[in-house]
Amino acid sequence: MKRRQFNQALAGAGALAALHPFGIVRAQAQKLKVGVILPRSGYLGFIGQSCQKGADLAPGVIKEMLGVDIELMNADFESNVDTARTRAERLIQEGANVLVGPFDSGAAAAIAQVAEQRGVPFVINIAAAPQITEQGYKYVFRNFQTAIDIVRNGLDLIGELFQATNTVPRTAVYMHVNDTFGQAMTKGIGAMLPRRTQLPFKIVDTISYDPAAKDLTVEVSKAKAANADFLLLVCRLNDAIILRREMVKQRWNPMGIISPGSPGMYEEQYFKTLGKLSEYAVSNVPWYNPNSRLTKVVEKAFLKQNPKDKLDFHGLNAGFTFEAILIAADAYKRARSTDPKVLAEAIRQTNITEKMTLGGPIKFNEKGQVEGIGSACVQNLNLLPTVVLPANAAKAKPVFPAPYYKKA
Amino acid sequence: MSFDLVANVVVAGVLTGLVYGLMALGLSVIFGVVRVVNFAHGEMMTIAMYAATVLFAELGLDPFLCIVPVAVAFFFFGYLLQRGLINPFITRPEHSQFMLLVAVAIVMVNAMLMVFGPSARNVQVDYQLESFEIGKILVDKARLYAALAAVATAGGLFVFFKTTLVGKAIRACADNHLGALVVGLDVKKLYALTFGLGAVCVAVAGCAMVLLVDVTPPLGPAYTLLAFVIVIVGGLGSMPGALLGGVLIGVSEAMAGLFVAPSAKGMFSFGLLILILLFRPQGLLGKKP
Repeated sequence: MKRRQFNQALAGAGALAALHPFGIVRAQAQKLKVGVILPRSGYLGFIGQSCQKGADLAPGVIKEMLGVDIELMNADFESNVDTARTRAERLIQEGANVLVGPFDSGAAAAIAQVAEQRGVPFVINIAAAPQITEQGYKYVFRNFQTAIDIVRNGLDLIGELFQATNTVPRTAVYMHVNDTFGQAMTKGIGAMLPRRTQLPFKIVDTISYDPAAKDLTVEVSKAKAANADFLLLVCRLNDAIILRREMVKQRWNPMGIISPGSPGMYEEQYFKTLGKLSEYAVSNVPWYNPNSRLTKVVEKAFLKQNPKDKLDFHGLNAGFTFEAILIAADAYKRARSTDPKVLAEAIRQTNITEKMTLGGPIKFNEKGQVEGIGSACVQNLNLLPTVVLPANAAKAKPVFPAPYYKKA
Repeated sequence: MSFDLVANVVVAGVLTGLVYGLMALGLSVIFGVVRVVNFAHGEMMTIAMYAATVLFAELGLDPFLCIVPVAVAFFFFGYLLQRGLINPFITRPEHSQFMLLVAVAIVMVNAMLMVFGPSARNVQVDYQLESFEIGKILVDKARLYAALAAVATAGGLFVFFKTTLVGKAIRACADNHLGALVVGLDVKKLYALTFGLGAVCVAVAGCAMVLLVDVTPPLGPAYTLLAFVIVIVGGLGSMPGALLGGVLIGVSEAMAGLFVAPSAKGMFSFGLLILILLFRPQGLLGKKP
């Protein structure tokens, strides 16, 4: 090394050392690499793509909000749990500082194991199986309701729906997807429904089915034969579409279809594929707050990136995905480091009060779970998912029974 | 459990099984004559389903009208695939044939992903959500039409093989390859014709199936496996066996869904497969080797 080069290097090192106490160089020169794992293809493909919209707008919005630079590293796990595990491994190998995703409970459980083994923070956008945050993991965080919370809020909203519409259905047939999420929800319903004495109905038959089913003829025949007043449904998207079509083919017109908290019936593709047949379905789900300031900021960015879309259809998926990245960015800003331990500790200390989704501030408990996330009763009205309950957030009155109802 | 419920489910199982049977018939015909198992069978059907969705979207053609152009295109596709790619592998070991056709299947799936993307596509025709009411039994119109198309195609194929000279020549190739060569039959051409006919079955099944199932690129492998199960149950190489196998699988899945658990439907087709392999390895209508 020549003398001039040595002097230049020394000066550079001196400047770095001088700036180090303020963490300026490290935090500003580095980007936070966020590995986003979503099911952008396969039977969860549409929902994964919907979540991706929230991820895509996050770097721009967060840069303006927090001044943090984010680099997204996108991975598609093809609706396959094993693929989710390998994608998580690869993202970590390629330098992801934090993982975000994956919409699905089975995949979330697999990614959580990888994240924990490799010591990389993992912020779950959407996945409800309670056991994910019951394992004592140090690097796993969830800003979404557990199945127990979803069921509790969902059943309470069903009671409110019946009260608001002066209806007293006596029987329900319960259909659910037979995956990690569906089983967690079923367990929750089994535990909580008997304790909800204010609910007037009892479940007369329970029918589980494959979430990747291509044909639900037998399942719907069986459900119809139960002759119940309404259909209580825990579904995904594709199966919800197949099921609704099959109901029409088999001329089964119960009082309504009510989900106590599952995706599917408020998704854009449900409306696009079914048109008017999508009307009056009810989903009691964690939802976004259309009146929050952050929602308006996100909506602006969303419409800029997706001029032909409406946030109404993507608010839940995009909202929770955006918030997961926001949590990581907020922690990175406070930690001024991408060191996984430091970043995980900063995530644990999160306290975000200005948020997009319904409920209290984003604060993690000792298990890495956010509590107090709110739900809304969302009904498909005029080809839009519309909040009908609780009354203070409602944009329309609930319609129940559905006008197509024909008493058997 | 009421009789109406069981009858409705049986009817739906039979109709679906007939379409499955037609798809498997293509596989059976190809194996029966060319002695090559087409491991890209389900993927070919998925391409046919996409072709029907494209013709429906661009020209408004009903999937049943799409059968004609798609079947013609598939005949030439099958013919050329056999002549150009598969023919050199006929005398090679079975694992080479297997690898070749699995590779073809993977290329097809990825090509479909590139062209159509991962999202599901379907067609929506007026009668798709309608049913015929026969007493207390509801018969899904689209499913019934699809089954009729399957029966008509299978019938046409039987007549072709039984009555035409080319059909008889193909059967001669299947019965005695050496004898066919000795009497001067152009075996390579007949093999290619057979592959073309197998592809026609797949094309018709795909056009009919698109009314029952939304199509995505990864759909193929599941149908390849299903076709394989059906022809083993019915008898590899037996044409009536393929249809019978399809109906049996369709009905057994439906019955299992009704009496056991809908989520365990698939298990029963494989259970049936194991029983057949144990007690009648040549399949229900297959000949003993």
